[in-house]
Amino acid sequence: MPEIKVTPLGAGQDVGRSCILVSIAGKNVMLDCGMHMGYNDDRRFPDFSYITQNGRLTDFLDCVIISHFHLDHCGALPYFSEMVGYDGPIYMTHPTKAICPILLEDYRKITVDKKGETNFFTSQMIKDCMKKVVAVHLHQTVQVDEELEIKAYYAGHVLGAAMFQIKVGCESVVYTGDYNMTPDRHLGAAWIDKCRPDLLISESTYATTIRDSKRCRERDFLKKVHETVERGGKVLIPVFALGRAQELCILLETFWERMNLKAPIYFSTGLTEKANHYYKLFITWTNQKIRKTFVQRNMFEFKHIKAFDRAFADNPGPMVVFATPGMLHAGQSLQIFRKWAGNEKNMVIMPGYCVQGTVGHKILSGQRKLEMEGRQILEVKMQVEYMSFSAHADAKGIMQLIRQAEPRNVLLVHGEAKKMEFLKQKIEQEFHVSCYMPANGETTTIFTNPCIPVDISLGLLKREAAIGPVPDAKKPKLMHGTLLMKDNSFRLVSPEQALKELGLAEHQLRFTCRVHIQDPRKEHETVLRVYNHLKGVLKDYSVQHLPDGSITVESILIQATAHSEDQGTKVLLVSWTYQDEELGSYLTSLLKKGLPQSTS
Amino acid sequence: MAAHLKKRVYEEFTKVVQQQHEDLSTKKLRLTKPSKSAALHVDLCKATSPADALQYLLQFARKPVEVESVEGVVRILLEHYYKENDASVRLKIASLLGLLSKTAGFSPDCIMDDAINTLQNEKSHQVLAQLLDTLLVIGTKLPENPSIRMRLVEVACKHLTDSSHGVRNKCLQLIGCLGPVEKGVAKETESQAAKDVQKIIGDHFNDQDPRVRTAAIKAMLQLHERGLKLQQAIYSQACKLLADDYEQVRSAAVQLIWVLSQLYPESIVPIPSSNEEIRLVDDAFGKICHMVSDGSWVVRVQAAKLLGSMQQVSSHFLEQTLDKKLMSDLRRKRTAHERAKELYSSGEFSSGRKWGDDAPKEEIDTGAVNLIESGACGAFVHGLEDEMYEVRIAAVEALCMLAQSSPSFAEKCLDFLVDMFNDEIEEVRLQSIHTMRKISHNITLREDQLDTVLAVLEDSSRDIREALHELLCCTNVSTKEGIHLALVELLKNLTKYPTDRESIWKCLKFLGSRHPTLVLPLVPELLSTHPFFDTPEPDMDDPAYIAVLVLIFNAAKSCPTMPALFSDHTFRHYAYLRDSLSHLVPPLRLPGRKLVSSPVSPSITPHEDPSQQFLHQSLERVYNLQHLDPQGIQELLEFTICDLQRLGELQSELAGMADFTATYLQCQLLLIKALQEKLWNVAAPLYLKQNALASAAAKQILEETYKMEFMYSGVESRQVVIIHHMRLQAKALQLIVTARTARGVEPLFGMCEKFLQEVDSFQRCFISELPHMQGSFVDKLLDLMPRLVTSKPSEVVKILQTTLRQSTFLHLPLPEQLHRATANIIEPTGESDNPLRFTSGLVVALDVDATLEHVQDPQGTVKVQVLYPDGQAQLIHPKPADFRNPGPGRHRLITQVYLSHTAWTEPCQIEVRLLLAYNSNRSKASARIPKSTWSESLETLPPSENGIEGTIPFSKPVKVYIMPKPARR
Repeated sequence: MPEIKVTPLGAGQDVGRSCILVSIAGKNVMLDCGMHMGYNDDRRFPDFSYITQNGRLTDFLDCVIISHFHLDHCGALPYFSEMVGYDGPIYMTHPTKAICPILLEDYRKITVDKKGETNFFTSQMIKDCMKKVVAVHLHQTVQVDEELEIKAYYAGHVLGAAMFQIKVGCESVVYTGDYNMTPDRHLGAAWIDKCRPDLLISESTYATTIRDSKRCRERDFLKKVHETVERGGKVLIPVFALGRAQELCILLETFWERMNLKAPIYFSTGLTEKANHYYKLFITWTNQKIRKTFVQRNMFEFKHIKAFDRAFADNPGPMVVFATPGMLHAGQSLQIFRKWAGNEKNMVIMPGYCVQGTVGHKILSGQRKLEMEGRQILEVKMQVEYMSFSAHADAKGIMQLIRQAEPRNVLLVHGEAKKMEFLKQKIEQEFHVSCYMPANGETTTIFTNPCIPVDISLGLLKREAAIGPVPDAKKPKLMHGTLLMKDNSFRLVSPEQALKELGLAEHQLRFTCRVHIQDPRKEHETVLRVYNHLKGVLKDYSVQHLPDGSITVESILIQATAHSEDQGTKVLLVSWTYQDEELGSYLTSLLKKGLPQSTS
Repeated sequence: MAAHLKKRVYEEFTKVVQQQHEDLSTKKLRLTKPSKSAALHVDLCKATSPADALQYLLQFARKPVEVESVEGVVRILLEHYYKENDASVRLKIASLLGLLSKTAGFSPDCIMDDAINTLQNEKSHQVLAQLLDTLLVIGTKLPENPSIRMRLVEVACKHLTDSSHGVRNKCLQLIGCLGPVEKGVAKETESQAAKDVQKIIGDHFNDQDPRVRTAAIKAMLQLHERGLKLQQAIYSQACKLLADDYEQVRSAAVQLIWVLSQLYPESIVPIPSSNEEIRLVDDAFGKICHMVSDGSWVVRVQAAKLLGSMQQVSSHFLEQTLDKKLMSDLRRKRTAHERAKELYSSGEFSSGRKWGDDAPKEEIDTGAVNLIESGACGAFVHGLEDEMYEVRIAAVEALCMLAQSSPSFAEKCLDFLVDMFNDEIEEVRLQSIHTMRKISHNITLREDQLDTVLAVLEDSSRDIREALHELLCCTNVSTKEGIHLALVELLKNLTKYPTDRESIWKCLKFLGSRHPTLVLPLVPELLSTHPFFDTPEPDMDDPAYIAVLVLIFNAAKSCPTMPALFSDHTFRHYAYLRDSLSHLVPPLRLPGRKLVSSPVSPSITPHEDPSQQFLHQSLERVYNLQHLDPQGIQELLEFTICDLQRLGELQSELAGMADFTATYLQCQLLLIKALQEKLWNVAAPLYLKQNALASAAAKQILEETYKMEFMYSGVESRQVVIIHHMRLQAKALQLIVTARTARGVEPLFGMCEKFLQEVDSFQRCFISELPHMQGSFVDKLLDLMPRLVTSKPSEVVKILQTTLRQSTFLHLPLPEQLHRATANIIEPTGESDNPLRFTSGLVVALDVDATLEHVQDPQGTVKVQVLYPDGQAQLIHPKPADFRNPGPGRHRLITQVYLSHTAWTEPCQIEVRLLLAYNSNRSKASARIPKSTWSESLETLPPSENGIEGTIPFSKPVKVYIMPKPARR
């Protein structure tokens, strides 16, 4: 029985370090190659020694696919390809390929330059790694080798995020990566066709959440910013450089445009500018509104949002500032926060989750007095708001995707075990498909029932289709032909051709059967009676009475002779070729029932 | 008949062939070409290769064929068809057959047999499909011949088993278009095939090709459209098609389900996998709701649109569409809407949101959560959040339609609509504001909702703001804080966008008159009066202060206690505003204030009847007294015109009527005056001066008649005939005057002829109205017509003069409703002292904003005229998209006019005004030709010689100060 094996090296019942091994029809594919944010030791990267102890990874893996540029999906890539050693192809979409090295470089800088770690990948390694990347377009079918093909679908989530379909022959797996089923201000919703994969590997971050509409949150956000600005206050929005930041920028930019507001908006510089550049380039990956209007104006060419300079923070009057990092633990956002915290007119909006111990977390949990370094106490008088903007599919979204793709099996990754459990139960209950949730290192085997394609010659197909009633798509149709298995291919050909190809002589196969009938009359009278009977029963067939005293029904021959011993019994000889087996056996059974006791 | 025609055609072309042998010059050939069919035959015979033949056919297809020769051409084509081996040529012939059968006036029944015969031996699927298409055309051309249709349907049924999808497609289409609709017909004809078209089509719902499946569903819908009642049994089949792999099938299936749900709303269908049963319309509603989250946006749009028209659905299902249970980490969470509502009902309106304010509350039973709800649940929630704005608009429209029929649903969907006010696409925002306005009679806005609505007032798009003002006009607000909030926001809007002044005032007018009791407690605060101290008198010209007063006065109209709160200057301001902005400030009964109350209340309180009566009385007076001496008539007419004009000013409802009649009487007066001139009695050349007067009168009458005909909406043919009659009289007058003054007879010949032509065309156009015109000018003229035609111009003039003098003047019947087209240029205001500077030779864009009332088809008729000081006039046609239609009979023109001129030494004023273009061909009397497409009209309608095009200015000119500077080198 053919099978698909899935082993998560990371992200199995866990978030972070996404790395899933799939072997399908003899091909081995690695999906994502991420790092774990929670660890600083060896555990931050997946354990690649699981794949092979001493051989080269290239020999074991046919390809690597990266779904999007978040570090928990691509962070371990240079380590994997350059330090462990992998020379095969790496597939990702164009935006991912463009933005991924920026983030990797940033990650490297923080680990090496700031934390002072050694034995980490270098800038050169990132460059070398990127050389192995093959970029793919949406819906483009890429032939990795003769049998393995992959295809990307739009996934929302962040710019360039994609879902991948991996297909070998008739077996296929879809890996979603991270995706979002509701559109936001700059990206559209994930979409997949009814590809009916054998297995759907889905993320399940929000397996137990059904979210409220995005509009309310957006409206609240805008209203708060607007009110503060009108009051003359300053708004600080700490963000991470990529993803949500762009969404919020677009949101504020359009709002400013719509409402004709004049207060300045600033964005702290850094890698954002580079990233914004890519956002401008990959307009086709954004949502409908941006795509439609970019001819007049590229939405990412912000009119109201300008680069931030340190000196601006002291300017009087209202302003809005986006500053990194998002959790207020260091850097520019913290500096600005310290300057503005004392004024109750000002406001800070936290657009995402904050890890315990950061300033962000403290102020969110209501702390009003913060102890900063150097023992000074900072009194927070400014308003603190929390707004969650997250781009993962919620439980309903996941179900919707499953409904769209109609997979035969579902496998959940990238989520917490407890939450997965709930979703798993729901999926099994509502779609009646089996659902799996392997832990890291645990292998799930799924048996598939692939269909086997057989070539058929057109002539034979047409000939067979012409026989019998109109073809009906919903009913299987019986066909006669010879199956030839030659050189690992299957062909259905007509018997004559099969004989010819195999160099065999044709043998005729005839069935004959004798049926005894009690009939005292003469032979030709019996024949006549049989003839009339058959003619009456078999209206649709040509029944003929030949001059030599035999009857033919189509190509079946019936002859009657008197029994040598008992003249009252007539022996009917029925003879048919094996092609007419159906009709022949029907005739014999009909004759065996005897002739009707009619007077004629 | 057919045989005869055939013979004729053959004769024709044999002749040509001979000619061709004699002389190969193409010019000659063309001269002797008797008909197109022959030429075609020649060409086809000449063709050596299929490609050649195809070329000839393509050329042939470009030119139209006369009705008489169609059949001959068809025969020739058919003949070639049988001979032709190349499929592409046969295909072209087949398509030509279809085109030819469409020729107007040609009855294709004679070629039907041949067309059917061609089907028999055809092997190529494409040609077969094309032939079936031709048959479809033939069939549709013969609607009253059921037997032919039956035959065609049978033919189609026979080909349904074809292996090509194209052929099956066409067959189904043919059956759908031609299949018998009445049951009775089907029984009479014994053919097996045609007996149950529905079943035949239904069998193809499961075809292996998605295109054929789609065609089958479409054919079914076609049958429905033609009036066949579809069987309910199809419903379950259609439901299965909703899960089809192909979007076009699903899209068509959604339509089919919708049709069935409208046909059998009350039938009961079982719910699969349970024993329960529900109404079919509910089931269908659920299924279509499900399609709102389909993978293809085409289907989603389709589904969302159709939801709106399913009004029979039970309210229980309807309300589910807005339902979305939230949860977080398996615990129940309330939506933002629910929280807002709760906050509101608990009395605390705004609360600083904390982290965890939306913390989930109770645990959810994991078994009870249904993630994929069957059917209706949350359909609109999904639809309104869709990524494609087409879907969102469709969903908003559907919401609107459903909410209009169900008040409880309207209340529920409010939150969602309010949310849509912040959509990223302006069209969606606009649509949702309009929707809200349409359902406003069913709803009352909560304060928090009002807050969100009002936030949109700052939108930079004028359309959005104005739509919102319209919405506020008819909104119900629940609290006095709400009113206050609305006022504050509107005033903010006013300071930000001063151009919105009119619209905001109007909005406040309605807001005040709808909520008098809510405004009452706000009055002291709004007028900033103080119980002990006198407060300074506000500036009367401040638009914001006027806005407040408009709100208060309109509220005071139905709240008699309010004036007691006014201070002295308020009453003075009232008197001023009542006079200057009478359309915004209602008449008030102010106790003890003689100054204000006396002139207002008794005289002009709107009573429909007296003024209407007055109008009719004065008209009757005029019509009855026509036999008085000319002097008396003149005086009476003058008085009546005066009366009518004043009436029009006072009574806006009757303004159109009064102006119209006044204009008519004015024409009459002018005519009488012109005829009174002494010049008629004296030798012509001596009285040139008076002539000028008479000819001026004729000219003015002509102008006025055009105004009457084209500037009023609601003019009926009864009026038009009178107007034309008046015009005819004016033209007669013109003729007479010219005859008197002009030397020589030659010019008169032409004029007389033209005039007689006009009389003639008048008679043709208004033949039905002539009996009503006893004793009129034209009546007498027509009696004399035979004499006129034969006599000399001088005699004609004489006759005309006498008839003109003797004729009675016609009673002008008044239509029910008559409105004068008016235009008011809001922008530019013409008040600016700053000239608009621009470099000469370049263009400057001037924003023009105007309101138009009672203009029919403004896109075609309204023009902008710019008059430069050097007398140069420029006519600008605004784009059709520049016209908005905010309400019935009202239009708004917002456009940009491009100005340019050579350099001036100092700034100067140009005049901008609006013109109404007319074309007498377009006149209401000449049987209105249905608008033909642009290309056709170019060919078929040559400009008729007597069509007069002109323009009527219908707005006050506005002066704009401009200054083209010389370009700097």
